Amino acid sequence: MVVVKIKDLPKEKFLLPGNTSCQGCPHALGLKSLGMALGDDVVLVVPAGCTTIIAGSKDKSSFKFPCLHVPFASAPAVATGLGSAFRRLGKRGIPVVWMGDGGSDIGFATLSGACVRKDDMIVIVSDNEAYMNTGIQTSGTTFWKAKTTTSPTGKREEKKDLALIMLMHKADYVATASVGYLQDFIGKLRKASEIDGFRFIHLHSPCPPGWGFDSSETVEMARLAVKCGAWILWEFDGKFKISSISKPYADKSKRTPLAEYLKKQRRFRHLSDEDIAEIERRIDEQWRVVLALEEVF
Amino acid sequence: MECMIAKPSKGSAGKTGLWRTFKPIYDENKCNNCLLCWLYCPENAIDVVDGKISIDYDYCKGCGVCAKICAKKAIEMVREEEL
Ligand SMILES: Cc1ncc(C[n+]2csc(CCOP(=O)(O)OP(=O)(O)O)c2C)c(N)n1
Ligand code: SF4
Ligand code: SF4
Ligand code: SF4
Repeated sequence: MVVVKIKDLPKEKFLLPGNTSCQGCPHALGLKSLGMALGDDVVLVVPAGCTTIIAGSKDKSSFKFPCLHVPFASAPAVATGLGSAFRRLGKRGIPVVWMGDGGSDIGFATLSGACVRKDDMIVIVSDNEAYMNTGIQTSGTTFWKAKTTTSPTGKREEKKDLALIMLMHKADYVATASVGYLQDFIGKLRKASEIDGFRFIHLHSPCPPGWGFDSSETVEMARLAVKCGAWILWEFDGKFKISSISKPYADKSKRTPLAEYLKKQRRFRHLSDEDIAEIERRIDEQWRVVLALEEVF
Repeated sequence: MECMIAKPSKGSAGKTGLWRTFKPIYDENKCNNCLLCWLYCPENAIDVVDGKISIDYDYCKGCGVCAKICAKKAIEMVREEEL
């Protein structure tokens, strides 16, 4: 992947200041990077979620690119329509679906359909590991044992791995990214924009009020997730590769102790040492899967 | 129809600088212009003017991400009422 240098990034803002995002919001970091990566080629499609609110209200839009607000489960289907209209009318524009993890639960049928048809779009799931806009309810990607308002003693079910699901769905491009590493995310967006078909990026988005940490720590928390091995950065563009940022953490001895990441978050304060050991075991398992995929894909 | 289309505008939520409890205070002398704070400000409230950073206090929400990311400790978060 071409290295993205800070000094070369465009200074034009596509996410405008003074929007309703909370202090330290990860979606805001992701959306601003989307503008830096693809600029006014973006036609954003947004199902309900925090981003609906961030986008502005009445006559004021927080985005410098067009944005369509659509009913929950329909976002990828709307993007399919947009893509084919652009093609027929010879118009420029990349349909970009931007949704939360809740949106990807509720809209999974249309997500799956668009991917199977290889419809022309980029889908970004900004994963803050719960339905935040309605008050922190558990989603399919909420971490095992994390407290939410619908799992007050900790989530009982396993976290689903959405990016690997999309890889097995034979998407044309799949990557994981993190708001802790925006240059990597911007590079992946640019790469995705050069590929035709269905492209999917799963963005890890630690949320201060939802997870219970200080607003100044969003980037640090996202980086800790990568450094302790809990979030693995990888990319599939025809070939599966673990991204250079995550590569060192294939070696367990290089990882930051998991407790450092978990104990900084209110949703994990109740964890016992055994719980942490169990999460570590599951992370090791995840690494075995990803390393195996690098061998075979 | 035109009146129903939202236009790109700063301050869609008003002057969000009013949300601040802590204010980022920037010391130009300690800064090496790495632009990390500019890249990581979630609010997009930092501008680069002639290669130097400038914080838009009308909209900066005082999250503190910029101060945390600055390796040179060129940004300090100070309580608004102490200023
Ligand atoms: C059909 C429908 N059902 C439920 C809702 C209520 N609702 C609004 S936002 C939201 C949660 C979205 O969660 P997620 O997609 O994870 O995005 P986040 O808010 O975390 O950014 C829900 C359930 C709705 N707007 N429409
Ligand atoms: S709840 Fe989290 S994701 Fe939603 S606006 Fe606030 S910080 Fe952003
Ligand atoms: S992060 Fe610190 S050193 Fe870098 S530009 Fe900002 S203030 Fe200057
Ligand atoms: S405190 Fe937050 S909003 Fe204000 S300039 Fe720093 S990073 Fe941006």
